[in-house]
Amino acid sequence: MKVNYIGKISEENLPAIFVPYFLESVHAGFPSPASDYIESPIDLNKHLIKNGAATFLVRAQGQSMLGSGITDQAVLVVDRSIKPTHNSIVVASIDGEFVCKRLKLKPKMCLMPDNPDYPPIFINHGQELEIVGTVTAAINKF
Amino acid sequence: MALALVDCESFYASCERIFRPDLKNIPIVVLSNNDGCVIARSTEAKRMGIGMGVPWFKVKKDFLSQGGEVFSSNFTFYGDMSARVMNILEGFVPEVEVYSIDEAFLGLDSLEEHYNLYDFGCHMRSLIRRWTGVPVRIGIAPTKTLTKIALNEVKRLNVPTKVHQISTRQEIREALINTPVNEVWGVGRRLTEHLNKAKITNALQLAEIDPQHIRRKFNVVLERTVRELRGQRCLNIEDNISAKKQIVVSRSFGARVTDLKTLRPIVSNFAVRATEKLRHEKQKCSQVSVFVRTSPFSDHKPQHRGYKTIELFTPTNDTRDILMAAKQALLPIFRSGYDYAKAGILLSRFTNETTKQYSLFKDPNEPKENSKFMEYIDQLNNYETQIYFASQNTRSWSPMKQNMTSPKYTTSWYELPIAK
Repeated sequence: MKVNYIGKISEENLPAIFVPYFLESVHAGFPSPASDYIESPIDLNKHLIKNGAATFLVRAQGQSMLGSGITDQAVLVVDRSIKPTHNSIVVASIDGEFVCKRLKLKPKMCLMPDNPDYPPIFINHGQELEIVGTVTAAINKF
Repeated sequence: MALALVDCESFYASCERIFRPDLKNIPIVVLSNNDGCVIARSTEAKRMGIGMGVPWFKVKKDFLSQGGEVFSSNFTFYGDMSARVMNILEGFVPEVEVYSIDEAFLGLDSLEEHYNLYDFGCHMRSLIRRWTGVPVRIGIAPTKTLTKIALNEVKRLNVPTKVHQISTRQEIREALINTPVNEVWGVGRRLTEHLNKAKITNALQLAEIDPQHIRRKFNVVLERTVRELRGQRCLNIEDNISAKKQIVVSRSFGARVTDLKTLRPIVSNFAVRATEKLRHEKQKCSQVSVFVRTSPFSDHKPQHRGYKTIELFTPTNDTRDILMAAKQALLPIFRSGYDYAKAGILLSRFTNETTKQYSLFKDPNEPKENSKFMEYIDQLNNYETQIYFASQNTRSWSPMKQNMTSPKYTTSWYELPIAK
């Protein structure tokens, strides 16, 4: 695997990046007014969250999206303001439950897992499907 | 000339539904602290006849047997959802006044020439719905008082878009005729009685009285209301919210408290929390009041209410000073032999943290004046550790029963919603 060095996370500023996540609760990335003045360190919020007010974090459960790199217990970054298209990974509600799957609009609309062990979910008559938002990133911890 | 009032529909109940798709069309109620009273109802719950503010025990059996879902209040979660809605509004509208956790006034004057405001309102509504899941209603009108009336019209006319604009003379007239005078913003119950006696029952009748006359007969506040009803703007969008004037921390107890040994640590907890809020507001206070009372619902038991205010010579925001004052206030008002049901602390008479006024005489209880120390305590308490003062109750915040709270979906790593 080839890795590109994209920058250094400054040590003295580490708490400024990570600590608010754990202590102050998430706020799903409201831009902090101070963040504009910090120059060099890399801000994971900025990288992962484009629209804070519309972004929610959701925990993935199960192996059905392994092929897309979403492992069990991964944290999904879900942006409700992005309109999903064919092949988008989405969080949807079906039968009163949230699921994370790939949205297929053709040939027939369905929610497609990225793991051959799981069957696709077709939307039957009378079943209600609501797309909650588009998954823009998954955070897997090792 | 146009303002708007954005109001989140059944806000707390709507929030509870966002991460619970299984609750679609299910009646939801949210209870006050301690699960005492119903403080929010979904449309379905309103339709079942659950009143606002009714004691939970009165409707519990009926509500649950009909498949309703109940939640203790989860203000951490509602606060975050509210901040998201306000954040979106601030992104699209130049002037936003956050009026409460679920209401905001918008100044639309500068948008009026570029947009059809009704369409703009519909757009904002659908955007907020899609981005956050929160349903809102929007009333658009020339004055703040009229935006409230436009909002009521959404309900009366059952407007499907949930957005209503009143701007022409005719539209305003029509809305005012259909608004009972007690529903006008700022007209309370006593005033309604007065007005009804004078044969003023709807908002149009009130609007048609000469404001000068109102001022002489009643007061300036009602005169302003009348002018606003006539479309003359007296209240503007206030985007710099003035600093708080007082801080209250109080709770009803889950179990009755009868002895000082239990009560004192609880009041100390309130004092610590209130002082944290005070420092957060960057204020100092020079009045500390403590109150205790028995339950008004148990009328066969002896009743007692106690209230005492302690004046501090020098303003302070040091927890140790406030704890001392709270103790001084509590001891004389506590009486043994009563079942206390509620207590609280009120900090008032604020001065800015940085200004200092010296007393002419030496203050016998000179404040600790060690702001660095409190700063450290606050910082530590923001982390996982918790520093307690000796007089506090360390086991729980107060003997509070609240056991139907939903997860902190948006603010805790451990309580995120789950997708399979």
